[in-house]
Amino acid sequence: MCTMIATQIKIAGTGKAGNGWFELREANVSYDHPFEAPFDHALNIDFVNESLGPGARVAVELDVASARRLVETITAVLAKADQGGLLGE
Amino acid sequence: MQYATNQYEGMIAETTLVPGHNGDLIGAYVARPLGPGPFPAIVVIHHMPGWDEWYREVTRKFAHHGFIAISPNLYHRAGHGIPEDVAAMVRAAGGVPDDQVVGDVAGMLAYVRALPHCSGKVAVFGTCSGARHAYIAAARTPGFAALINCWGGRVTMEQHELTATQPVAPVDYTAGLDCPVLGIFGAEDSSPTPAQVAVLEQALKQHGKTYEFHMYADAGHGFFYYDRPAYRQTQTMDGWKKIWAFLAQHVAA
Repeated sequence: MCTMIATQIKIAGTGKAGNGWFELREANVSYDHPFEAPFDHALNIDFVNESLGPGARVAVELDVASARRLVETITAVLAKADQGGLLGE
Repeated sequence: MQYATNQYEGMIAETTLVPGHNGDLIGAYVARPLGPGPFPAIVVIHHMPGWDEWYREVTRKFAHHGFIAISPNLYHRAGHGIPEDVAAMVRAAGGVPDDQVVGDVAGMLAYVRALPHCSGKVAVFGTCSGARHAYIAAARTPGFAALINCWGGRVTMEQHELTATQPVAPVDYTAGLDCPVLGIFGAEDSSPTPAQVAVLEQALKQHGKTYEFHMYADAGHGFFYYDRPAYRQTQTMDGWKKIWAFLAQHVAA
């Protein structure tokens, strides 16, 4: 909450935390202080299911370069799958 | 307070529920020296990572130094779990509303002042977003004897940063401050930057407020946090000395 740069999106999928897999409904993307990563600020993604309470959370905290590579990679992988007619959206 | 080795010292520290904004009962961690007092008090406002172990430790640290220390869980309404999971949920929601924080902190002030062993003098302390909250609460709630702002980010805010829940930059409440201010900052911090600290200092000057600011070289954001890479031992120890001296002058006297 130091930067207040945070956005929530609705998602569908599953995530795995300490207690096993659970349904994911939201992803919270922020650029703010991380809890664990050794940076002042990080690109944080919390994959959550708010209906299950605060503990239903799969968290990642990335440095900026890693976050950018991740975005590019997701886009490239989806494009490749699309070219192969595999997306089925 | 410094205890001699042959002097009795005791402390009680526990969680309880205290009425906050709108009378809502919220969690609070209260630590106080044993004995009849009267003891000064301090409201200890947690940072963005939540109502966590560091804040428990700092609350007890204030009690060790002779204060009734109370640390409210500003994220109480978000639900319960480990502190960082709760804090992550609040982060996603855009933080807690400023008005709610002011109500919660006012509730803590009323609670400690009503304790029979409280001297009636109450300071407020916060770090990071907690310092921002401390600033707003002190400026909007009459009765605080001192404010300690440790690297509060977004005390100065640009117009585009204002939101429905944080509609006013804390610096714009400066006229309402009726207590002295101690500021502890790192010269390498990006929130607040030294330039933002200078804007805040100018506002305090302009309104004729009593303040002392300390800007530490080779220190960034959160340099007191021994569990983070930003920790700076020398600056931290000096910062605590400044805090004890400030409290001795304005609250414990």
